[in-house]
Amino acid sequence: MSPQSVLSPMGPDAARIAETAAILAVGAAIVMTIVVAVLWLAMRGSPAVRRRLQADRFVAIAGVAFPVVTLTALLAYGLWTMQAVISPADASSAMRIEVVGEQWWWRVTYRDARGRSVASANEIRIPVGRDVLFELSSADVIHSFWVPNLGGKVDMIPGRTTTLRFRSDRPGAYRGQCAEYCGGAHALMALEIVTLPEEEFDAWLAAEAMGAALPATEVERKGGQLFLAGGCGACHAIRGTPATSSVGPDLTHVGGRRFIAAATLPTTRENFARFIVDGQHLKPGNGMPPFRIFAPEEVDAIAAYLASLK
Amino acid sequence: MTVAATPTGEYPHPLPRPPDELDRLKAAWALPKGWRIVSAVNNTVIGYLYIATAFGFFVLAGILALLMRTQLAVPDNTFISQETYNQLFTMHGTVMMFLFAVPAVEAMGVLLLPQMLGARDLPFPRLGAFAFWVYLVGGLVFFCTLFVGMAPRDGWFMYPPLSSERFSPGVGADFWLLGIGFIEISAIAGAIEIIVGVMRTRAPGMTLARMPIFAWTMLILAGMIVFAFPAVILATILLELERAFGWPFFIAERGGDPLLWQHLFWFFGHPEVYIIFLPAAGMVSMIVPTMAGTSLVGHRLIVVALIATGFFSFGLWVHHMFTTGIPARSLGFFSAASMAVSVPSGIQVFAWIATIAAGRLRLTAASLFVLGFLTVFTLGGLTGVMLAMVPFDWQAHDTYFVVAHFHYVLVGGMVFPLLAAFYYWAPAFSEKPLSERLGKWAFGLIFTGFNVAFFPMHVTGLIGMPRRVYTYPAGLGWDWLNLVSTVGAFMVAAAILVILVDFVRNLRPTLTDAAGNIWKAGTLEWMENHTYGARSVPYVDSLEPLWAHPTMVDDVHQGRYYLPGTNTGGREAIVTSAVEAEPQYLMRLPGPGWAHVLAAFFTAAFFLLLTVKAVTIALACGALAVAMIVAWMWNSDPASVGRADIGGGIALPTYVSGPVHPAWWAMCVLIAVAGALYLSYVFGYLYLWTVAPQTWPAASALPAASWIILAAALLVASGVALSAAQRILGRSRPAFAILVAIGVASLAAALIVDVLSQWRSGLRPEASGHGAMVYAGAVLQAQVSAAVAVMAAFALMRLARGLLDAERRVVFDNLRLMWIYAVGQGLFSLLLTHGFPRAVG
Repeated sequence: MSPQSVLSPMGPDAARIAETAAILAVGAAIVMTIVVAVLWLAMRGSPAVRRRLQADRFVAIAGVAFPVVTLTALLAYGLWTMQAVISPADASSAMRIEVVGEQWWWRVTYRDARGRSVASANEIRIPVGRDVLFELSSADVIHSFWVPNLGGKVDMIPGRTTTLRFRSDRPGAYRGQCAEYCGGAHALMALEIVTLPEEEFDAWLAAEAMGAALPATEVERKGGQLFLAGGCGACHAIRGTPATSSVGPDLTHVGGRRFIAAATLPTTRENFARFIVDGQHLKPGNGMPPFRIFAPEEVDAIAAYLASLK
Repeated sequence: MTVAATPTGEYPHPLPRPPDELDRLKAAWALPKGWRIVSAVNNTVIGYLYIATAFGFFVLAGILALLMRTQLAVPDNTFISQETYNQLFTMHGTVMMFLFAVPAVEAMGVLLLPQMLGARDLPFPRLGAFAFWVYLVGGLVFFCTLFVGMAPRDGWFMYPPLSSERFSPGVGADFWLLGIGFIEISAIAGAIEIIVGVMRTRAPGMTLARMPIFAWTMLILAGMIVFAFPAVILATILLELERAFGWPFFIAERGGDPLLWQHLFWFFGHPEVYIIFLPAAGMVSMIVPTMAGTSLVGHRLIVVALIATGFFSFGLWVHHMFTTGIPARSLGFFSAASMAVSVPSGIQVFAWIATIAAGRLRLTAASLFVLGFLTVFTLGGLTGVMLAMVPFDWQAHDTYFVVAHFHYVLVGGMVFPLLAAFYYWAPAFSEKPLSERLGKWAFGLIFTGFNVAFFPMHVTGLIGMPRRVYTYPAGLGWDWLNLVSTVGAFMVAAAILVILVDFVRNLRPTLTDAAGNIWKAGTLEWMENHTYGARSVPYVDSLEPLWAHPTMVDDVHQGRYYLPGTNTGGREAIVTSAVEAEPQYLMRLPGPGWAHVLAAFFTAAFFLLLTVKAVTIALACGALAVAMIVAWMWNSDPASVGRADIGGGIALPTYVSGPVHPAWWAMCVLIAVAGALYLSYVFGYLYLWTVAPQTWPAASALPAASWIILAAALLVASGVALSAAQRILGRSRPAFAILVAIGVASLAAALIVDVLSQWRSGLRPEASGHGAMVYAGAVLQAQVSAAVAVMAAFALMRLARGLLDAERRVVFDNLRLMWIYAVGQGLFSLLLTHGFPRAVG
C-alpha cells in the first residue's frame, strides 16, 4: 500500500473515485488504441479499407456520433458519482474537525462529544467507520487539503469555509499534502491522518483534551524551563504551562505525533533539536526564527522535553 | 495557350511587361541595409525575427525545465534551493505561455498569412513591427529578472493572496503583472493586424469558402485574443492597483475575494489553450493534404469545428476551479461543457485521418511530427476528458497527472505541429530545405523522450505527487518515476539540440532564392516570397490554386496577374471585400521607419521602469512613447491620387473612408477589446457584490442624484458636440476645432464629476471591495477618455495642417468610433455604480 495514493483507497469515498479513475483509464486506453489503429489503416490499409475511411460519413461517425454518445454516458456517470461523493454527512453522527491552512502547517481543532474544542496541529486522528466532516479555511493564502487515500481535495480559501467529508474503513496512517501552491515551503506542507478504531480514538481524544504531561526526568524538567525562559511561549501553547500563544502550532502533545514540521521530519529528540537550531534550513521561510541562543545541551534538553509531551 | 484563373479566363496583364516595372516594384519594397534592418516593417523580415525570438524563448524556458527535472531526479535533492525552484517553475510556465506559445503562433501568422492570402503585406506593417519590438524588449528584460533573483515566484497563474503585497513583497510579482500585462498588449496589437489582414487583404477571388484553413484558425485565434486577453489584463490592472495602493479587490477581510482573480484569470486562461492549439491545428490542416497529395477531407466541417471550439472555449474556465468548493450545479454545467469541447477536436483528428486515407502519406520529417502530434494530442485530449469528470478531478487536480495532461495537450498540440511547420515551410523561405535525416532523428528523439518524460507523470500524480514541489521525500513510490521523467526530459533536450544544429547547417532565410515548392503543395505561400510577396497578385478560384492552375506560379512571377508593379511608386496592397474578396481599394503601405521602433522601446521602458518604481522617468518614457506613436501615425493617411489600374480593367480608388477602409475595421476590433475589458470589469463588480453585498452602501450613503444627472448631461453634451463636429467637418475649421475641444472637455468633466461625487460621499478605494471597484471603473473610463483626448489632439493637429477635411477623414472616423464608445461606456458606468446599489439597496 502506498501511503499517499489515489490508487490505494482506504475508504468508500476514495474507493468510488478510484473506481471511476480505473473506468476512465481503461476507456481512454481503448479509444487511444482505436485511433492509432485507424491511423495505421489510413496509412497502410487495403484500398477498400482506405476508401471507407476517406468518406465524410466516417468523419461524422467517428468524430461526432461516437464522442457524443460516449461523452453523454460518461457525463451521466460522472454526475452520479459526484452526487455520491458529496452527499452530506449524517449530521448527528459525523465527527467535525476544523482545519486551518497556514504557511506552511495545519492548525487542527477537534470538537469532542460535549462540544469542547481541542487544539492540535499537523496530525489528525479520526475514528474508523465514521463520517468525518472537515471544515476548511485559511489564515493567509490559498491552500488545498488533500489526503488521497481517503478522498479528493478541497481548497482552503481566505474568507471562506469549505467542507470535505470522508470516511476511513481501515486503521492506518495516511499521508496528505497541501495541493495548492502556497509559496515558499509549499513542498514541505504535509500532514498525516491516523485512523483508529472507535474506542481507541475516544480514549485518545480524551487524552488529547487534557493538559501536557509533566516532565519525568531532570533533563526534561530543565528543558521545560528553558522552553519558557527562551520565549517559545510567545508563539506556541503547551496547555497546563504558562505557554498559551496560538501563533504557531499547539505543542501540548507534540511528542505523541508521528512527525514534526508538518509531516516533514519523524518525531525524534534529534529532529526536535535540529529544528530548533536549524529550522530555516530544514524548512526555509517558516515562521520560526533559528534559536542559537541555547547551548547544545540546552537544545537537547528542550528536545527531550518536547519529545516527552506524548 | 494557358487559361488564367480569372472568371473571364483572360490574364489581367499582357506580356511582355514594361522593362522597368519589376525594378520599380523592387525599389519600393527594398529593405534597409545593414543594421538599419531594425527599421524594417516588412512581414517576412518581422516574421523571421518574431519566430526566431519565440523559439529562443522556447529554448530558454526549456533550459529552466531541465534544471527543475534535475532537481527532481532524486528525492530530497539539494541541487536547487526552494526559492530558486519556485522562481523557475513560475518563469517556465509564464515564459512558455506568454513569451513562446502565443507569440510563436502569431509570428507564424505574420510570416505566412500574407503569402498564403496572396497579399503584399499585412495591412498595418508598422503595428506588426511595433508588436514585435515591444515583445522582444519586454520579454528579454522579464526573463533577465531570473539572473538577479527578482523573478516572480507565485506560479504562472499568480493566485492572490499569495501574489498580494502582503505575501509577496518585492518587485517579482510586479514584474509579472506589468511585464506580462504589456506583452499582452503586444499580442492584442498582433491580433488586430491578423483579423484585418485575413478579412481585408485576401487576393481577389479568395472568398471565405476558398480561404485556407490556416487563415481560418488565425482569424479565430485573433478573435479569441480580442475577447480573452482583456480579462487577464483587467485582472493584472486590479492586482497591481491592490499591490500599489491597497485597493482590496482580492482581500477577503475588506470585501474582496481571491476567487475573483481565478474567474478572470481562467476566463482568459482556458481560451488561451485553444489560442495556442487552433493555429497549430491549422498548420496540420495545411501539411496533411500536401503530404498526402490530396485535398483536405471535410474542409467545411473543420471550419465549423474550429468556430465551435472558439465559442466553447469561453465556457469552460470553471473546470480549473472544481476544487474551490463551488456549488454542484455549476460543477455539472462546466463538466458538460468541458467534455463537449473535445468533440470539435475529435472531428479534426478524424478529418486528418480521412485525408491520409484518401491520399498517400509521404513519410517526411514534417509528416512524422504530424503523426506524433495526432497520437500525443489525442492522448492529451483523452486525459482531458478524464479531468472533466468532477470526482476524478478532485483527486487529480494540481497533481502531476495534470502536469502530464497539459504537456500532452500543449507539446503534442502545439510544439509538434510547430516543428512540423518548420520542416514543412522551411523551403518556402530558405535557400535550402532542412535536413530530412536530422529531422527524422529529432522526431525520434523528441517523440520517445517526450513520452518517457511525461507518460510516467500520469502515475506519479495518481500516487500522490502534487505539482510545484521543489522536493519530495523518499519512500512514497515517486523516486524512480521521477528519475525516468528526468531522463526523458534530457532526450527532449537532445532533440531540440539536433533541430538547432539543423537550423545552423541548413536554414538560410532568403527573399529571392528560396528552395521553393519541393513538396508540391497547392497554396499560394509556395509562390515566390519576396519582400513584396509575389510579383503579381493572382485571382483565386479554388482551395488549392497551384494544383488547379499548374502555370500559376510562372504566370504570377511574370506579372500577368494584378498589380505587377507599383502605381504610385511606393508600397501598395489590394484591399478586398470581407466575404467575396472583391477588390475595393488600393492601400498605400508605409516603408521602413524608426518611430514605431522607438515607440516600442519607450513603451517597454514605461512599464518596466514603473515596475521598479522609477516613476518620473517612467512617465517621461510614456510621454515619449505617445509622441513616437503620433510621429508614426502622421504619414499614415496619404491623400488620394485618383484611381489606380491594377489590371484586368479594374481601377481602384486610392482613398476611401468609413467601413471600406481597413483602419475602420481595426478601430472596431480595438473597441471590441475595450468592450471586453469593460465587460470583465462589470463581471468583477457584480461578482464582488454577490460575495460581499454587505460592503455595498445603502442608497442614503450614495452621491446625490444631481451629481449623476450632471455627469450624464456632460456625457450627452460630449456626444452632441461630436455629432455637430462631424457635420461641420470640411466647412469651418475653427468651429470644428472648438466643438472637438468642447466635446473632449465634457468627456473629461463627466469623469471628474463622477469621481468627485463618490469621493465627497465618503467612499474610499482602499476601504472596501466596493470602493475599489467604483474607482477602478473610473480608471477604465480615464483610459478611454485619454485615448479620445490624444486622438482628438492628433486630429486637430492634422486639421491645422490641412490634412483633415470632408474627404480625407479616416483620422476623424477613427476618433469618432472611439469617442462614441467612450460616451457609451461612461453612461453605462454611471448606471452601474450609481444605479445598481440603488436597485439592490
